[in-house]
Amino acid sequence: MKGNEALAEAAMRAGCKCFFGYPITPQTELAAYMAKRMQKNGGVFLQAESEIAAINMVLGAASTGVRAMTSSSSPGISLKSEGISYIAGSDLPCVIINVERGGPGLGGIQPSQADYWQATKGLGHGDFHLLVYAPASVQEMVDMVINAFDKADTYRMPAMILADGLLGQMMEPVTFPEVEPKVYDKSSWAADGHKGQREHHIINSLYLTPEALEKTVVDRFAKYDIIKEKETDAECYLTDDADIVVCAFGATARVVKSAVNEAREQGIKVGMFRPKTLWPFPVKEICKATESASKILSVEMSMGQMVDDIKLAINCSKPVEFFGRTGGVIPTPAEVLAKIKAMGGNN
Amino acid sequence: MAVVFERPKSLCDVPLHYCPGCTHGIVHRLVAEVMDEMGIEGNTVGVCPVGCSVMAYDYFGCDMIEAPHGRAPAVATGVKRTNPDKFVFTYQGDGDLAAIGTAETVHAATRGENIVVIFINNTIYGMTGGQMAPTTLPGQVTQTTPFGRNPELAGYPVRVCEMLSTLTGVALAQRVAVDSVPHVREAKKAIRKAFENQKEKKGFSIVEVLSTCPTNWGLTPTDALKRLRDEMIPYYPLGVYKDSVAGGND
Repeated sequence: MKGNEALAEAAMRAGCKCFFGYPITPQTELAAYMAKRMQKNGGVFLQAESEIAAINMVLGAASTGVRAMTSSSSPGISLKSEGISYIAGSDLPCVIINVERGGPGLGGIQPSQADYWQATKGLGHGDFHLLVYAPASVQEMVDMVINAFDKADTYRMPAMILADGLLGQMMEPVTFPEVEPKVYDKSSWAADGHKGQREHHIINSLYLTPEALEKTVVDRFAKYDIIKEKETDAECYLTDDADIVVCAFGATARVVKSAVNEAREQGIKVGMFRPKTLWPFPVKEICKATESASKILSVEMSMGQMVDDIKLAINCSKPVEFFGRTGGVIPTPAEVLAKIKAMGGNN
Repeated sequence: MAVVFERPKSLCDVPLHYCPGCTHGIVHRLVAEVMDEMGIEGNTVGVCPVGCSVMAYDYFGCDMIEAPHGRAPAVATGVKRTNPDKFVFTYQGDGDLAAIGTAETVHAATRGENIVVIFINNTIYGMTGGQMAPTTLPGQVTQTTPFGRNPELAGYPVRVCEMLSTLTGVALAQRVAVDSVPHVREAKKAIRKAFENQKEKKGFSIVEVLSTCPTNWGLTPTDALKRLRDEMIPYYPLGVYKDSVAGGND
């Protein structure tokens, strides 16, 4: 199954009742799949007039307690950032898919990971975070979408699947877990008509008193602290005895794994660390995975963005180098291996 | 003693923040009266804009959502599509609806979204202190047209009902005013009709309400009502611009 279509199918199986989107390459198949299937599943598919309208339709649907989703690719995500900030500020759950392409500007339509900063640090104005998941296979796209809906509802906040054009367009076998969508009680806050039985509910992000606004933000960050503690996830591959640990997420990790295997065959002690959650960043996990390493390398399809978080996570206690290609160029295992060797990983 | 006048049940018992002489209070009351009369407050979700009526969520008794600037029709679309049994309305000013939110307005209208849009046209941005709105009249002095709106530089005002009446998805496009008792009664009827349209699934209904902004116009409340009558109504004629079943006779 194609990555983009698997994302859509998984969302519907997770109980997603509405999809609002706008065409953009390379996520197009996702919306097309939703258009074909969503109505039959008793849900709502609507092609909006813009990315801005689409995310605000998500805001409206999510306000009533419905599981809602939108998807886009990099330039479209920038347009959605206004709505995402409002969604975060209104404590609404939803899932947003970014099938990244090269940037900045109109950029290109080939795979990229250059929206890492945007997704983890600044997807809109104000102090807030999204849960950010980084799948590396079509199967993981399925599993992470289902999990993202649950976590978004658990924490009442937006969650993002940060994929890329390579994963979106890739075809792999997948298994859909046979589980009923979890049901969350949203009756204490959803704006779905009070029926004369309770006070009216207000979905809002406006607080004109600075102290009141500060309190909502501080409370949200207290929630983020719990999330940082409980929701990090990562894969460690041959890191136990590694002298060099190569960090990569998403499709890049597949390239890196090939390079690591090749290096191991040549007797080089190298392993791979792959964050599955980008926010929260798996700090404890990377510290543990790099205990034996003397050097760390970050490989990304960008000019180096996650590399900053790695340095922060290990408190710059070890040298962290970077190798990347950008603009839609996918690094090759040979390039990564050459970089590993250049770092002194020869035995 | 018989009660002859009281606060509508659908309006919360809280002080409104609007300036003296502002007509938002009248329009709020009319919307609330319609909700009361139709008995739909508990089954309604309202969407308020960014602008003077941003805090309308504290005033209407139904569930409320605060939308980003201009996006209320998109938010309302998300609510209505997933909750077709709920009544959904937006309450928007002229900057919100006819400038930053033009795309959301036009496309919700052309899709025939089964929602009600209450559109407050007072020819100025009130909340930010009186800047030119898309509906500011030629020659009108505002903070950003200090020498009067010059159409050669700043373009011409948008006549929203006329523009939307060309769209198939629109069930009702009507312009009313709240400068006199007869006009207020007419406005109430139009709002009631818009909500009845939604009940009957007729599609997009917009009621444009010509309103005053004494504070930013620099006029007394009485003179503001006179300006509405003498200057706004001639430029924005009252009346029904479209009244048909969505997708019907055009």
